[in-house]
Amino acid sequence: MSLDLDQALQTYIAEARELLQDMEDALLRLEVDPNDADTVGAIFRAAHTIKGSAGLFGLDPIVSFTHIVEDVLDRVRDGDVAIEANLIAVLLESGDHMLHLVNVVAAQGGQLDAEAIVRENGLRVRLQAYQDNSEVSHVVQTEKEIPLQSSGGGLVETDNWHISLRFGQNVMRDGMDPLSFLRYLSTLGEIVSITTMFDALPLADEMDAESCYLGFEIDFKSEADKATIAGVFEFAREGSLVHILPPHSKLTEYIELIRSLPESETRLGEILVATGALTQQELESGLSEQQTSARPDGSTTPLGEILVEQRSVEHEVVQAALDKQTQSKDSKSKESRYIRVQADKLDELINMVGELVIAGAGVSLLAQRVSDNSLQEAASVMSGLVEEIRDGALRLRMVPIGETFNRFQRVVRDVGRELGKDIELIITGADTELDKTVVEKIGDPLMHLVRNAMDHGIESASIREAKGKSAKGTLRLNAYHDSGSIVIEIVDDGGGLNRDRILQKARDRGLIAPNVTPPDQEIYNMIFEAGFSTAEAITNLSGRGVGMDVVKRNITALRGTVSLDSAVGQGTTVSIRLPLTLAIIDGFLVGVGKSSYIVPLDMVQECIELTEADRQLTRERSYLNLRGEVLPFVMLREHFEIESTGARRENVVVVTCAGQKAGLVVDELMGEFQTVIKPLGKIFSTLRGISGSTILGSGEVALILDVPSLVQQAVNRESQHVSTKQIPHQLSCS
Amino acid sequence: MPIRSTTNKDGQSLLHIDGDMTIYTAAEIKDELMTYMAQPCEREIDLSEVSEMDSAGLQMLILAKREAERHGTSLRLTGHSRAVLDVLDLCNLALYFGDPVILSCNEKKGQ
Repeated sequence: MSLDLDQALQTYIAEARELLQDMEDALLRLEVDPNDADTVGAIFRAAHTIKGSAGLFGLDPIVSFTHIVEDVLDRVRDGDVAIEANLIAVLLESGDHMLHLVNVVAAQGGQLDAEAIVRENGLRVRLQAYQDNSEVSHVVQTEKEIPLQSSGGGLVETDNWHISLRFGQNVMRDGMDPLSFLRYLSTLGEIVSITTMFDALPLADEMDAESCYLGFEIDFKSEADKATIAGVFEFAREGSLVHILPPHSKLTEYIELIRSLPESETRLGEILVATGALTQQELESGLSEQQTSARPDGSTTPLGEILVEQRSVEHEVVQAALDKQTQSKDSKSKESRYIRVQADKLDELINMVGELVIAGAGVSLLAQRVSDNSLQEAASVMSGLVEEIRDGALRLRMVPIGETFNRFQRVVRDVGRELGKDIELIITGADTELDKTVVEKIGDPLMHLVRNAMDHGIESASIREAKGKSAKGTLRLNAYHDSGSIVIEIVDDGGGLNRDRILQKARDRGLIAPNVTPPDQEIYNMIFEAGFSTAEAITNLSGRGVGMDVVKRNITALRGTVSLDSAVGQGTTVSIRLPLTLAIIDGFLVGVGKSSYIVPLDMVQECIELTEADRQLTRERSYLNLRGEVLPFVMLREHFEIESTGARRENVVVVTCAGQKAGLVVDELMGEFQTVIKPLGKIFSTLRGISGSTILGSGEVALILDVPSLVQQAVNRESQHVSTKQIPHQLSCS
Repeated sequence: MPIRSTTNKDGQSLLHIDGDMTIYTAAEIKDELMTYMAQPCEREIDLSEVSEMDSAGLQMLILAKREAERHGTSLRLTGHSRAVLDVLDLCNLALYFGDPVILSCNEKKGQ
């Protein structure tokens, strides 16, 4: 064989993994909508393809196990087995086991270890419950079923299978010998009679010695089931006609068979009578019936319809083949729409774009100094283009978060089972895109939060019912873009956090002074502190006191923030706010004294002038009046202890972050600036209010302000200020 | 050259097929066989030296048989080797080739 088997095996492994993933997704869909026949079909085809291809490679452990799964799925498809939760659970586990088989047997060429064998045996036993009890009863069942489908024509007397084969011309070229199929068939039972059909053999001149023109009409006595018999001809199916009539099939099925075969009716009829498949009487009554059942307009049933009606197996195979084709076409077009690029190369490109942005800024600056109009114009066109290149390069790394979210379907399902809770996962905003590196790193914290929500957040069904909520818990994963960040929310409709317990615990640990009662929001966020767990019982899922602090650390490492809101009895919302990219942002350049600072532009709401009147007032209070709104503010000059005399005019940059507004008081507004984020060294990691640095066109360094922490600081200080002055707390929240 | 042509004791054309009658040799056998079959005379094919036979080989025999019928001549198969017999048995074709009109004592012995 010229085919590179090893390469083909790799393809098989990749394909099997994809199919198993599809199968899992489909099973989860089925759990929601058990009547979806298309999904059942999809699962069946996935199992079928895995088994069929495994057979080609002689991966017997996969074939033998998948066969059972396929068998059960076939019965599901036929409606013999109802879809229920246990079945789906078994099938999901079987899918996991198949993946294990593929990984061990196909990918590593190894054997299953003892644990896996025990698991497989367990699954086999569980699957058996859904299989036919025995092969014999299958035959009985066939007998029982058939009279129900009264479509005229009695049952034929023979208790043999009838198999009609017409091999495709390419069978021999494909390396298969029709005779070997017969030899194999004879190992499954007794070939009672066989007629070789060579009517298709053309004249000598037109005949190709390497094409196959043979066909067989076989009467076969066997206890094997239809799937086993059909399996004999599995690899001949392409281009070949295989009709298998079970024992005691309807007469009409035989008649249709006769009509569907290429040879003349009379000839086939004679053969069937001669081989004992039909009696002469049966044949005659059958054929006459066929004539009367011809359509009123005189036409007979179209051949295709007969073919499809008649050859149920063939129909599925054709369908499966078609699906497979479209699938591979789909995946092919998907492949052609994507090219795989090494992440390093992309990072390098983005670095270069970053340098380009800096160099471009230098050019613009020089152009401005020279005050040559045409040079300035050229520079501005160029910086426009550079901006587009920057956006394009960054977009290359953006991926939708949906794939990460979808992984949680299975997690929620399995964990729900484990905890005995019925929990539904609702995903929204799956299209929201964010940087690939962020996506990769967000998986673990999300997993922890989801498990936490399911374990501690959502109550058990009995408690929920007692509280008048629906027994089914809901967990929501949501993502959306908000002022230059992506926000990921994990929302549960559980019992909410116990504020008093957290407060108590925080006090016990000395995290909060005994006489201070911080706002609820702050109390809730205490659970992100190290070693903080309020769970009453420790489960193997979460609640061991590690985790939430790790979650917070992971997110902080991504320059993100995490916050938590909760309402007793109604649930908890955890919001993760992450920067969209880690490399380049649109910045707003401001000056304080001789220093320059960058505020991420997405967070800038507006700029206002700090009037003399306001300036007077700031000495007394720590907030400004922004059109009747309380606006806490930070004097950057004081904050960074810049030694310079106050500028003649001061401006306020109003920034917003996570729904909170604050003002940054600066001297000079210098406009938009494309900012390439350069991380600060470790030495500066404890600096508050600074998140990075960048290089200006002039070569000077500007610091990037960490707006979230500045806003937080301003708000805190302001509320403290307010509370010490005994002014009602609500004022700061308005 | 899988086919040798000799004359038997009755003066009829006798073809000996040696070696495998399989997909690998089918094209060659077909060409040679058809050259001989084109001459209208009574003919006998000796299969005693056929070591292996598959569907392609079987088709060759069927083709030869049909061509002979078409030309109105007769074709007898004689001295079937084990490999040939197996295939004919499996496909229940002994009767087809062993048409009573041309049934020869040699062929009977072979079966």
